Amino acid sequence: MANNIPENLRYSKDHEWVLVDDENASIGITDYAQHSLGDVVYIDLPRVGDKFGTHEAFGSVESVKAVSEVFTPIAGEVIEVNEGLNDSPEKVNSDPYGDAWFIKIKMAKPGEADKMLSGEEYEEYLSSQA
Amino acid sequence: MRYIPNSPEEREEMLTAIGLASAEELFRSIPQNVQLKRRLDVTEALAESEVIAALEKYAERNTAAGKPSFLGAGVYSHFSPTVVDHLIQRSEFFTSYTPYQPEISQGTLQYIFEFQTLICQLTGMEVANASMYDGSTAMAEAFLMAQRVTRRDKIVVAETVHPEYREVAKTYTQHGDLQIETASLDEKTGRISDLSALDEKTAALVVQSPNFFGCVEDLKALAEKAHAAGALLVVVVTEAISFGLLKSPGECGADIVVGEGQSFGIPMSFGGPHVGLFATREKFVRNMPGRLCGVAYDKNGNRGFVLTLSTREQHIRREKATSNICTNQGLIALAATIYMETMGKKGLQEVAMQNAQKAAYAAKQITSIDGFELPYSAPKFNEFVVRSSKPAEEVLAKLREEKGIIGGLALSRYYPDRPDEFLVCVTETMKKEKIDALAAGLNELQF
Repeated sequence: MANNIPENLRYSKDHEWVLVDDENASIGITDYAQHSLGDVVYIDLPRVGDKFGTHEAFGSVESVKAVSEVFTPIAGEVIEVNEGLNDSPEKVNSDPYGDAWFIKIKMAKPGEADKMLSGEEYEEYLSSQA
Repeated sequence: MRYIPNSPEEREEMLTAIGLASAEELFRSIPQNVQLKRRLDVTEALAESEVIAALEKYAERNTAAGKPSFLGAGVYSHFSPTVVDHLIQRSEFFTSYTPYQPEISQGTLQYIFEFQTLICQLTGMEVANASMYDGSTAMAEAFLMAQRVTRRDKIVVAETVHPEYREVAKTYTQHGDLQIETASLDEKTGRISDLSALDEKTAALVVQSPNFFGCVEDLKALAEKAHAAGALLVVVVTEAISFGLLKSPGECGADIVVGEGQSFGIPMSFGGPHVGLFATREKFVRNMPGRLCGVAYDKNGNRGFVLTLSTREQHIRREKATSNICTNQGLIALAATIYMETMGKKGLQEVAMQNAQKAAYAAKQITSIDGFELPYSAPKFNEFVVRSSKPAEEVLAKLREEKGIIGGLALSRYYPDRPDEFLVCVTETMKKEKIDALAAGLNELQF
C-alpha cells in the first residue's frame, strides 16, 4: 500500500504529524495511523490551556478495533482543539492531514519540530517496519 | 464446571504414576516448621439434623426481624412480590456474570438494558449503567467521575449524606488527590445550608435527598448554586421508593444521580448484597464508570443487545479506565428490574404514597406526646427525626426491652453532638396498630 505522506509536514515514530506555522504547530495522526486503526469513532482531546512536554499522551483515538493514545511529538501549550472531530470523527479516516488536525499548540521549544522525521525519513521508517 | 469424582483406587493409581506414597508427600516442598501437624480445631462431625438444630439456636439470637422495627437509615423494609424471588431463581440467571458474548447472552443483556432504561426514567437522567456494587460505592465513583469531568479536585459533600456512604467514599478515594469538604445543615429546616466551601475549585456538590435526616432537599436551588460555581450536582438517593413520589433529580438539574436500589425487592439481609444505581447525562457518558448495555441491529435488521462503550473499561483501557469496577450486581439488578416491572408506574406511586402517608401519621402520633418533637421543618418522605427530652439511646433501649419495639436509630451513633435525636422510618409494611403501639409505648415510658 502506498502511504500518503505530504512533504511539508514533520513526522514522529508514533505516527503523528506536525505542521509548523511560525511559533505554533498543528498536530494530527498520519494516513498510515488512520489506516491501521480502522474506522475512527471517537477522539478524546485535551482542553485549551493544557500544557504538555515532549512525548506526553494528550488524548486518545478510539476506533472500532482499539483505543490508542496520541502523543505530543513536541512540547507546548494547547491553543485550539478541533471541536469538529466530536461530531465527525470519521474525518480522521477521510482527511487525516486536512480537516482532521487534533490540536494546535504554541511550541514550548521553537525548532523542536526540526528534529522530527521528514516525509522521506518517515517513509523509510514505515518500510523498515513492514 | 463438571464434577469429576475420584475413588481411593484412582488416587492410588495417580500417586503410583508420579512415584509418591501418599497425598501428604505432595506438600513436602512446604517447610516442616510451617506445616500444621495436628487436626484442625473444629468439633467432630454432626448429623445433619444436629447441624440444623445448632444453626437454629444461633438464629434465635436474632431479634430484629421478628419485632416491629422502625429502622431505615439506608436499608428499608419493603414488600417484595413473590414473583421476584421466583424468577431470579431460574438457573439461566444464577451465573449472571458479564455477558461478553452477546450471541449467547441476549436474555441477560436484555434485562440489563431494561434495568438501565427504568433507572433513567426514575432518576430523570439520560444514561444509566448496568449497576454498581451498592449505593456507597456508586457515590464514591461519582466523586471520581466529577473530578474527571471538571478536572477539579474538591468535593463538597453535605453532612446529611449517609455517614457510612461518606466513610466509604473517603476510604475509596484516600490514595487519590481528592479533597473532601463537608457542608453543614440548617438546624431549622434539616436541609443543607452552608455552601461556603463551594467554589471555583469544586468538582461536585454532593447531596442526598431525602437526606439522612429524612428531609427532602431543594435540589433545584442546589443545582443552580453548583452550576454557578462550575461544579456538578451529584444527588444520592438511598430510598429508591421515593422516586415514586418526588420530582426526579434529573428534572431538578442533577448531573449525576447515584443511589441504592435495595428498596426494589431486595431483602435487607444485614446490609447486603444490594445494588448501586448510577445515572448521568449523555454528554458525560465517556467519563462514566461501569458496564453499559446498548441496542444494536444485525445485518438483517434484527434487534439485539450488546455491551457498549466498553473502551471506558478496565479490560481495554487498563489504568486509564474510568473505574476499576468492571462488573455489576447482575442478579440483584435483575431482582430490582423484576420488582420495578411488576409494580409498574402506578404501583410504585401507590407504594410511595403509602410510605409518605404512614410516616406522616406516625410523626403526628409521636409529636402529640409530651417530650417529643420534630426538630426539622423540611418536607419528608418516609423517615423523620424525633427530638426527645430524654437521651435517645435510653428511650430506644427502654422501648426495645419493655415494649418489644425497635423504635428507630439514635443519631448519636453517627452524630455524637445529637444525643437526643432519633431517626424513625415507616414503610408500607408497617400496620397502623404497630404505629399506634410505638406512640403508646413512647407515651408510657417511665424514666
